[in-house]
Amino acid sequence: MMLEREEQQRLEELAKEIRIATLEEFGHLGFGHIGGAMSIVELLAVLYGKVMRYKPEEPRWDGRDWLVLSKGHAGPALYATLALKGFFPYDMLKTLNQGGTNLPSHADRNKTPGVDMTTGSLGQGMSTGLGVALGLKMDGKDNYVYLVLGDGECQEGQIWEGALYGGNAKLDNLIVFVDYNKQQLDGYVDNINPLGDLRAKWETFGWFAQEVDGHDVAQIYEAIRRAQEVEGKSSVIILHTIKGKGCTFAEGVEFNHHMRFTKEQIEQAIAALKGAEGNAV
Amino acid sequence: MRFSIDEVAMKDAYIDALMELAEENPQIVVLDADLMNSNSTIKFLKRFPERAINVGVQEANMLGMAAGLAAVGKIPFTHTFACFNARRALDQIYMSVAYAQLPVKIVGTDPGVTAAFNGGTHMPLEDVGFLRGIPTMTVIEPVDNVMMRAILPQVAAMDTPVYLRVNRKQPVKIYAPGTEFTIGKGKVLRDGDDLTIVATGILVPEALEAAEALAEEGIGARVINMFTIKPIDAELLIKAAQETGAVVTAENHNVINGLGSAVAEVLSQHHPVPMERVGVQDLFGEVGSVEYLQQRFGLTSEAIVEKAKAVLGRKNS
Repeated sequence: MMLEREEQQRLEELAKEIRIATLEEFGHLGFGHIGGAMSIVELLAVLYGKVMRYKPEEPRWDGRDWLVLSKGHAGPALYATLALKGFFPYDMLKTLNQGGTNLPSHADRNKTPGVDMTTGSLGQGMSTGLGVALGLKMDGKDNYVYLVLGDGECQEGQIWEGALYGGNAKLDNLIVFVDYNKQQLDGYVDNINPLGDLRAKWETFGWFAQEVDGHDVAQIYEAIRRAQEVEGKSSVIILHTIKGKGCTFAEGVEFNHHMRFTKEQIEQAIAALKGAEGNAV
Repeated sequence: MRFSIDEVAMKDAYIDALMELAEENPQIVVLDADLMNSNSTIKFLKRFPERAINVGVQEANMLGMAAGLAAVGKIPFTHTFACFNARRALDQIYMSVAYAQLPVKIVGTDPGVTAAFNGGTHMPLEDVGFLRGIPTMTVIEPVDNVMMRAILPQVAAMDTPVYLRVNRKQPVKIYAPGTEFTIGKGKVLRDGDDLTIVATGILVPEALEAAEALAEEGIGARVINMFTIKPIDAELLIKAAQETGAVVTAENHNVINGLGSAVAEVLSQHHPVPMERVGVQDLFGEVGSVEYLQQRFGLTSEAIVEKAKAVLGRKNS
């Protein structure tokens, strides 16, 4: 269950590639939801680099594991990952948010090869993910559903409707991630509507809950394997992350949910990543 | 005119028809939000326990889960009162269902004044307006059990979302057993050349009574049951407007954004004729019996007759 050193380095390298690809994608545009895209990069690297079953040439293969990116505004990070994994040409990333594109700001199952669910209105991926997991169970299938929530998103009532249902439904083919980057559009979560003891809340709702460093690929991987070994419980993994992580002009900045940036800023951020070794970004 | 009341409540005719379909199609699943006894979906739960989900009092979650189930090939039918299934879960219907192209079938019960003793809080007089404003959505208001049984297989087979607006109670019998219906095609119930009454739901028997009363005064009213409100049967409407030159609509809904609006949209563009709308005149619902509320809001054959004469006056002036 431990991640070998070489595997860890490979996934860290993939995370760096996803960050660079995401920055290039945003760079063509000059603005975007950069903070919440950067904070889920290690998760995407572990899922698409190691854990998930998928076929880039057959995006709707029925043996695939599902990713429901409920925080749909982080779509650009997912698109970068899918492009790197061969779901569509890398060049397509240049079309982000351009008229007629297949890469819209928020994830859309009908536009982008490899995007499994349409999200954007926060809270809704919680329920659609539950429905997918339940439907797969009904059919006796062993596909996993990986469902990614934002922390600000956890202020939505629908999340807790789903948490109650999902805890009771004991869907052990479902693993929920909360990207707990501590920031939402208007500032710090703790200054707006704090989530309190998030792990305890999920546990009270009947979930197998873990908390890990969301920028440590080994910790993420090992938490997923532990979750998969648990039978008869839905699982949640709270990822402690930093909004804007690994992006020189976004990390640690207060209002980094949606930013405007220059080509020079993007180039500097990419250069910093290329100069950095492994996870030490 | 006296209509006979069906001995079978429409909710039972509905669920029996759905169970018949589910016998042949293992993908049909039922979701309800703690109204299984009210909606008769409890019968489905007993017969197909592995395919019936009571989510509890969670309408938003129910619609989202239904979308997820549709994404893996299920044919989900969601059930609760129309005020919750349409109004409360509207954003989920918009994004998770329709925008995502996931063909969930939404069954809203107790539309308009049929919410009766639950009162104004529970009285959806705007649901048709909300739902018909969503691209790809089909909006259907079945009028009796014969129609319900006939259209349900078509609804289940559609690869787009459908909103079924269902009066749970015992309906009047309008159609003879074996009558065929096509979604999107209105049904002419009575011929006439002086004006056309276009009606849905519980206003259909009122429209037929009004036509009878008008006939006694020598006025020939054509009656169309426009049970598919979206997509509306524009061809039938234009023909009726051309041939009769005057139209009255009648619906158990706000006159804003309902059937009357839909008919006006077609006719004002293609063949404008004098038109009047019977329906709730932009008011909130109230508590009371269906009979009381029909009187209170003017959802009666008398109101239709009055509007018919008004529209004929305009036509002939």
